[in-house]
Amino acid sequence: MPDLGIDVLFKGTNMLRLLQGLWVAMKISIVSILISMPLGILVGALMTVKNKVVKAIFRVYLEFIRIMPQLVLLFIVYFGSTRALGWNLSGEVASVIVFVLWGTAEMGDLVRGALISIPKHQYESSEALGLSKIQTYLYIIIPQTVRRLIPLSINLITRMIKTTSLVLMIGVVEMLKVAQQIIEANRMSSPNAAFGVFLVVFVLYFFACWPFSVLARVLEKKWN
Amino acid sequence: MNWEFIEKYLPMYEKAALLTVKIGIVGILFAILVGLICAAVQYYKVPVLRWIVAVYVELSRNTPLLVQLFFIYYGFPKIGIRMSAELCGVVGLAFLGGSYMAESFRSGLESVEPIQSESAISLGMNSRQVLGYVILPQAMSTSIPAFVANIIFLLKETSVFSAISLMDLMFTAKDLIGLYYKTTESLFLLVVFYLLILLPVSIIGSLVERRMRYAGFGD
Amino acid sequence: MAETLLKIENLTKEYEGQKILDGIHLEVKKGDVLVVVGPSGCGKSTLLRCINALEPIQGGTIKLQGMDIRKGSKNITTLRQKIGMVFQSYELFPHLTVIDNITLAPVKVQKRDKAEVRKEAMELLARVGLADKAKSYPRQLSGGQKQRVAIVRALCMHPEILLFDEVTAALDPEMVREVLDVMLDLAKQGKTMLIVTHEMQFAKAVADKVIFIDQGKIVEEAAPEEFFEHPKTERAKQFLNVFTFEQVEHHVE
Repeated sequence: MPDLGIDVLFKGTNMLRLLQGLWVAMKISIVSILISMPLGILVGALMTVKNKVVKAIFRVYLEFIRIMPQLVLLFIVYFGSTRALGWNLSGEVASVIVFVLWGTAEMGDLVRGALISIPKHQYESSEALGLSKIQTYLYIIIPQTVRRLIPLSINLITRMIKTTSLVLMIGVVEMLKVAQQIIEANRMSSPNAAFGVFLVVFVLYFFACWPFSVLARVLEKKWN
Repeated sequence: MNWEFIEKYLPMYEKAALLTVKIGIVGILFAILVGLICAAVQYYKVPVLRWIVAVYVELSRNTPLLVQLFFIYYGFPKIGIRMSAELCGVVGLAFLGGSYMAESFRSGLESVEPIQSESAISLGMNSRQVLGYVILPQAMSTSIPAFVANIIFLLKETSVFSAISLMDLMFTAKDLIGLYYKTTESLFLLVVFYLLILLPVSIIGSLVERRMRYAGFGD
Repeated sequence: MAETLLKIENLTKEYEGQKILDGIHLEVKKGDVLVVVGPSGCGKSTLLRCINALEPIQGGTIKLQGMDIRKGSKNITTLRQKIGMVFQSYELFPHLTVIDNITLAPVKVQKRDKAEVRKEAMELLARVGLADKAKSYPRQLSGGQKQRVAIVRALCMHPEILLFDEVTAALDPEMVREVLDVMLDLAKQGKTMLIVTHEMQFAKAVADKVIFIDQGKIVEEAAPEEFFEHPKTERAKQFLNVFTFEQVEHHVE
């Protein structure tokens, strides 16, 4: 068995540090998703209104955010806004801002899609039963929308966790950065550490995302 | 905005964009190939292979490209597999994209109702004819929206290539920001070039999608 | 005496341990029009699917002109070309125009001359009143039109026998007639047909013989007048009763 350098992780607090790095990434995605959810629902609902100006504004916002690589958005906020607005953003805050902007756009699109996918006769039949507008939304439309939305939003969480790996590029110390530090520090004693450590990072990321993917799939099957 | 600066460094961006596009296209082509093979394995439920494909799809879809690239670029040489940064980019993109392509092809194939095949069979077609004349044309147009979305997604993902020191658009932008503090100009060029790459794909994609829908779908 | 086209002997079809078809004997002669009726789930559609080898069978034989029909056998694609099938849900190919739907199999499977097939297809389309729809896509047609195209598609293969599987069941009432008229016309031309249907009036008009299947068995086999006027078995009587209504007395409270 060749030395794959996994043993490095059992030295001192290395494994713990790696997990702390993962926690930084998870924290950024959890905070971002918690803010994006309500904002996204608001944006999605606004996008179904008839007002053309409102629609156009959100459309441009949505298209721009979705077509730009998240890394470009991170650069714009981290380097660009610091320069343009003269403030000093930490990498973490810049990350949360970008993830919220992106998450809101994605969530907004999901909400819009879910809302317009409810057939018109669902509204009509509810009205025919004598339900008021509020009751229609409360008992008929929202429950159906939520069922469509939940699996999709869980998928969005997976995508966010995966995307947090990018924050390394604007200097946030997360799992990949910690991994690099560990490999660098043990270059002499364990020259093959890059394989073992990055393998563990790969596996840890997998186990951070995979349960969400499975959950989303199960819920989708159950509700569709 | 300093236009002189922009003019001066435009060629650098052009070169970087070319690299992004080059690796992007090659990587996506391999991703399509991997996707086709995996979709076929899953559609025909090939024993053993289908489990391998299932594991691959899960691994690929639930890990970030950046981590995959680090593993391939820094980890693999330690077990004797050495690749250039470009090749790593292509391999990484194919590994990531293959599973996404596979899913879009597979859902396209599965969207064709079995009774459509039966009606082709009852006209005396053999299985190759059923696949070629009836299943594939329908499956293809069903999977086009997801296919286009995947291409855009993969092109966007190429932005992490700078992490394995490929001199792509991100690398160039970061470099210029670091060297000259011309943040606004550098970022402006970055956005413009990504739009130049991604917008046409997005527009062509939606045109093709509309055409395909017109050609006889969605009763 | 006309030649025997299709001969089914002791056919048994099981699915998950349940007998769907149980000891079916049936003979279809050239020019015969047989109508198969029976309650839903009695196995009549499965019978057609077996004849076209879309389903594996567990016992007995199905022979077309003496040749064994069996799913997975080597010459099955050749045999299937002699059997035209029309499905309840039309199953036109949505990505092809009407004319391409019709000519695909004759050209690609039977390797016939494209121009000649096209000409024949146009004639058949004209005969069912759809000459102007040749270049349309299936989604642009009504259900009745789609089903007439599906019939033409089957006819264009020059089959020995045509199988119709509840072809009007998915249609709006006002479109049923146009499809049934096409089938009546085919019967007049002397085509051999095996029809599964719920349209009892039509069955009476078109059939040489009615076959009543219940719980996977042929319960009655008779000329239409006899079957509809004087059913012999209790089960057939019960079945036919479903299609008649009795006058309801109105009570005023």
